[in-house]
Formats: sequence, structure tokens, C-alpha cells
Amino acid sequence: MESQKKQFKHTIRENWCKGCNICVAFCPKKVLELRNGKVFAARPEDCIGCKLCELRCPDFVIDIEEIDATIKKVTDANQVDYCLPPEAHQ
Amino acid sequence: MNTALEYLRENRLPHIWCPGCGHGTIMGAVVRAIARLNFDKNKVVIVSGIGCSSRAPGYMDFDTLHTTHGRALAFATGIKHARPDLKVIVMTGDGDATAIGGNHFIHAARRNIGITTIVMNNNIYGMTSGQVSPMTPKGALGTTAPYGNIDRSFDLVQLAQASGATYVGRATTYHVPLLIDLIEHALQNDGFSVVEAMTPCPTYFGRKNKMGGAVELLTMLKDNAVNIKAASALSEEKLKGKFLIGEFVNKSEPEFTNEYAKMVEQVQRKFDTFQGGLRECEQNSD
Repeated sequence: MESQKKQFKHTIRENWCKGCNICVAFCPKKVLELRNGKVFAARPEDCIGCKLCELRCPDFVIDIEEIDATIKKVTDANQVDYCLPPEAHQ
Repeated sequence: MNTALEYLRENRLPHIWCPGCGHGTIMGAVVRAIARLNFDKNKVVIVSGIGCSSRAPGYMDFDTLHTTHGRALAFATGIKHARPDLKVIVMTGDGDATAIGGNHFIHAARRNIGITTIVMNNNIYGMTSGQVSPMTPKGALGTTAPYGNIDRSFDLVQLAQASGATYVGRATTYHVPLLIDLIEHALQNDGFSVVEAMTPCPTYFGRKNKMGGAVELLTMLKDNAVNIKAASALSEEKLKGKFLIGEFVNKSEPEFTNEYAKMVEQVQRKFDTFQGGLRECEQNSD
């Protein structure tokens, strides 16, 4: 179940952030927080990728991209590293 | 990469708007709507007047024009008239559109010329330190109304509707997905289309009226907005003090530049037949 959950990457242009707090207050999963008046992703693993912070940010600070899970998963048997236990991939 | 940045002049950013000002959100919504429709950058013209809102074209990577106060629609009418193939977008503020440019606004709507107007309504003249505008709600404070505004405010949606605009919508900077959809539909409409985007002004409106910062103002917009689809089911008591958002008018009517081209063709044909008449006269005189 855990491995199926989508992961998202937060790219933040800190030098453009004015610390207005809009993204922090209206994030449905409380992923973002302010640190020294600039936004940062405190809990990126909770992100559901609704991109509302990206749309609402007046300063174009936040970019959200899905980390493509299919790239990590190797299907070719020749490329699978059998030295690692199967739990390590999760 | 952020899709909005492809349509912005990145070297001009960050912009000069105050922290929490929604104008950046609206600018982002406009470029995202344009990105969805895949318009050619060289076929889009953005025109603005004077005010906080009118800084927007400076950051947008299209052919842009920053004009005199209230006259954005007049300049845009000229552009559309000369080059009907261009997509003309006017980004204007509430004071720019309804006070100084009020006449241009109603007559552009009456004419139904193919311009998309985005009115960024922050209820106040932000750039000149918070004087009341025709969109300031009754009772609100401003630097020119220290004891409260006694004038009633315009309902821009009804004004545009009554003037004959063929697309009218309203959204807030809290409801950004709706705002992008409305701008997208407005850009697809041939005639005069108006989208009113309500935005908070934390620096002058919020501070003067002791309403708090950007988050509190946005929460207020969220709480007081009622979608037009839901409004019909609600009683009048529940709708008191609220405002409607959504798509109000979407119809197609003859557009001005098309009608003008038709008229030119008609007159040319008449002139040709008139010359034919002259030839006939000459023949008869022989």
C-alpha cells in the first residue's frame, strides 16, 4: 500500500517568497510551513499533489512535480540488484 | 517547471506587489488559461491602464501595452479594430474600469467588441494609498472615507450584463481553479467578455478596515462567496451579505469587428455597382 502512494517533489524559489502565508494556511494537508519568513515543505510525504499552493501563490514560488514511481521500479531481471533484500525497495 | 513561467518575463520577477496581494495569483491564472488554450505568444496583446493591477503586462511575455488611466479599453479597441486577428486582453483594476474608465467599459460592452477584460477588484485604489473606489463596499473605511464610505458600490457583473457583454463571470483569488476556467471560457468567447476577479488588498483595505492580513481576507472571500449554481436553492436570508461567483452570461452575438468588415464589404459592393452605373450612363450617351 505504501509503495503505491504517489510522491511529490516541491521546488521552492526562496528568493521570490514574500512570506504571505497563503500557501501554508490553505494547504489541505498542512504540508508547508514558514521558516525565517520563507516557505518550505515540512512534510512533503503528506502531499497529495492538489497543486492549490502552486495556483494560489501570488509570487510563483512553488512548483510541484510528481516523482514518477515507474522509473524506480525495475522490471528487467538483469538489472535487479539481488544483493538488496526486497524490503529495501519499499 | 511551472507552466506559468513559460509565459512570464522571468528576468522581471519577483514582482513589486505587496506580500499577500492577489494580483499575482490573477496574473498566474491568466497565463495558465492561455497555456491551456495554446495561444501563439505573438498573437496575444495585453493592455492595461494605471494602478496596481496594471503592472501585470510588464511581467507577461506577450505584446504588451501600458496606457493612461482608465483608457486601456480605448487603446484595446484601437488594436482590435486595426488587427482583428489578434487576441486582445485588457487587465484593469476596479478604479480603472469603473471610475475613470467607466464610460469606456459600458460602451465597449455595448459595442460587443472582441476584447477579454479581466477586472482585478481589490475594492480600493491600492497604488495611491487606499482612496475609496466605486467598488468599495458601503461602510468600509478608506483614506478618503475616514468615517466610513456612504456610497453604494457597483455590482460589476450586473453592470456588464446590462451593458451588453456576451460573457460575464466572477471568481475570487481563493477559487483559483474556477478563475482559470472562467478566463479560459472568456478567451473562447468572440464578443466582449468580462471576468471580475476579487482579490484582497492586505496593505490598504485589510489594514485600514482592521480585517487582518492576506489569510484572513482570503478566508472572508471563501466564506462569503456562493456559487451561482448553488444560489438558486438558497433563501434570500441566507444570501444576505454574500456575493455570487461563477459564470453569469455566456451567449454569442454579432461581434463588432466582424460586423464592421461586413459593412466595408457591403459599401465596396455598392460603390462598384455605382461605378457600373456611370459606365452605363456613358454608354447611353454614346
